[in-house]
Amino acid sequence: MIDRKDVEHVARLTRLALTEPELERMREQLNSILAHLDTLRAVPTEGVEPTSHAVDVVNVMREDEPAPCLPRDVALANAPDPSDGLFRVPRIIEE
Amino acid sequence: MHRPIHELSAAYRRGDLTPVAVAEDYLARIGAFDGKVGAYLTVVREQALAAARESELRWRAGSPRGPLDGAPIALKDVLCTAGVRTTAGSRMLERFVPPYDATIVERLRAAGAVVLGKTNLDEFAMGSSTEHSAFHPTRNPWDLARVPGGSSGGSAAAVAGGLAAGAYGSDTGGSIRQPAAFCGVVGLKPTYGRVSRYGLIALASSLDQIGPFAQDVADTALLLGVVAGHDRRDATSIQAPVPDYAAELTKGVAGLTLGLPDEYFIDGMDPDVERAVRQAIEVLQGLGARIERVSLPTTRHSLAAYYVILPAEASSNLARYDGVKFGLRVPGRDLVEMQSRTRAAGFGAEVKRRIMLGTYALSAGYYDAYYGKAQSVRTLVRREFAAAFARVDLIVAPTTPNVAFKHGEKEDPLSMYLNDVFTIPGNLAGIPGVSVPCGFSAAGLPIGLQVLGRPLDEARVLRAAYAYEQATTWRSRRPELA
Repeated sequence: MIDRKDVEHVARLTRLALTEPELERMREQLNSILAHLDTLRAVPTEGVEPTSHAVDVVNVMREDEPAPCLPRDVALANAPDPSDGLFRVPRIIEE
Repeated sequence: MHRPIHELSAAYRRGDLTPVAVAEDYLARIGAFDGKVGAYLTVVREQALAAARESELRWRAGSPRGPLDGAPIALKDVLCTAGVRTTAGSRMLERFVPPYDATIVERLRAAGAVVLGKTNLDEFAMGSSTEHSAFHPTRNPWDLARVPGGSSGGSAAAVAGGLAAGAYGSDTGGSIRQPAAFCGVVGLKPTYGRVSRYGLIALASSLDQIGPFAQDVADTALLLGVVAGHDRRDATSIQAPVPDYAAELTKGVAGLTLGLPDEYFIDGMDPDVERAVRQAIEVLQGLGARIERVSLPTTRHSLAAYYVILPAEASSNLARYDGVKFGLRVPGRDLVEMQSRTRAAGFGAEVKRRIMLGTYALSAGYYDAYYGKAQSVRTLVRREFAAAFARVDLIVAPTTPNVAFKHGEKEDPLSMYLNDVFTIPGNLAGIPGVSVPCGFSAAGLPIGLQVLGRPLDEARVLRAAYAYEQATTWRSRRPELA
């Protein structure tokens, strides 16, 4: 069971400003989904390697050749607040 | 003029039809009926007509680029299109205009296909009904009160309703096969890695795969052939030659062994679905296929494993929507407040739920209990398929346990998730699967037969689907939108 504090903690971790009713609803729904997910505990998996990827491909290498990338103005075209060829963000560090 | 692409190109060759007339006809149908269906989020009328005019010049000069030249198609709105907004069905990307084409879009344009527009989906491809688009729901052309399935519901409804000759979607847990079944069209999820995902808006990177929707199996083979193959821009794309899928279609099923998994006929499934699928298997038997029972016992744990793996990977993939580089921004006093407000305003309820679930499952102290465990269960699913495919060539099963449900019928998230119970195992194992129409319920709603194959064995999957389709007449029945 996860409680209200857990929900608030996870919301902070994932940067979601949830409202009071959303937090409460989330607690209920997450608990109901987690109850189903907990049925996995009954599956014996001792010594079973995890699958992270359905195709056995590792370390795909290619030639290290320089090639053109997106021009700066194109890369910035979708930015909500571009400034002087950069992405501008609100203050990060307290003065 | 709604007819399969292979018939359109034959008519172009004979000069009976022209790509411009056909594109105009599809655009007129979209204008007349898409207000009811809601298959599209964006229609690119002028671009489509320009592409059709170029195609027409090539056909007239006797030098078409191939079987897709002049074919009017639709793209799920998670496939990036240069200069055309790509929303993922989300407010977060409402005004996002990609600076480049996805690899599959590039290949389709090179093949002369005419892109009509971008189709609706559940936000960020999370859902099974296309009710959870941030813009509007899509309706099933067979019964407008019902859902088309999802998440690629717009693409499925467009092909079913005659609003595109073919379409593409993405399938992470059934998002191509389930809507194909609900809308009475063919839908294929290729092997994981068969089609490049460069330019696909990511949901769960170890599961996502792009594939086609079509009016028949022959078109499915064409639509797969054009986009399949290695791409250096997608490190997960497989380096294997692409067979001529269309040439393999007519080889029949005589001598093939088809596995029938006990676990895909469950309590609570729609009896009409079970009856139609069992009859379809008899048809395949009549065509010379041998049927053998197989067991895939971990099927019943697949849904739980999937609902750990998918949210975990999605929560990580969707971390990029932070109000900085692209997409929505809601102002805040500092960076964290800006990001938290942006994400709260930009994402819908289901997306928030899955991000929360995934973040929780990956958080300190829970990783092994959830993600690690689910990945081990995934290994069991893969092993069981591998063991079955050592004995049988293909597996046949229902695509879904039920037919299309009504809008608003599944409010509880878990009951919605259960729709994908027969399609999820194929994604966990990374194997190819197709849904092909195999009949109708008593209420006249389409039912899908699912054919699953070994990794990279799309040719045989399509060959069985084709043999079945050619032996039946379901595809002659069409929904009436007028």
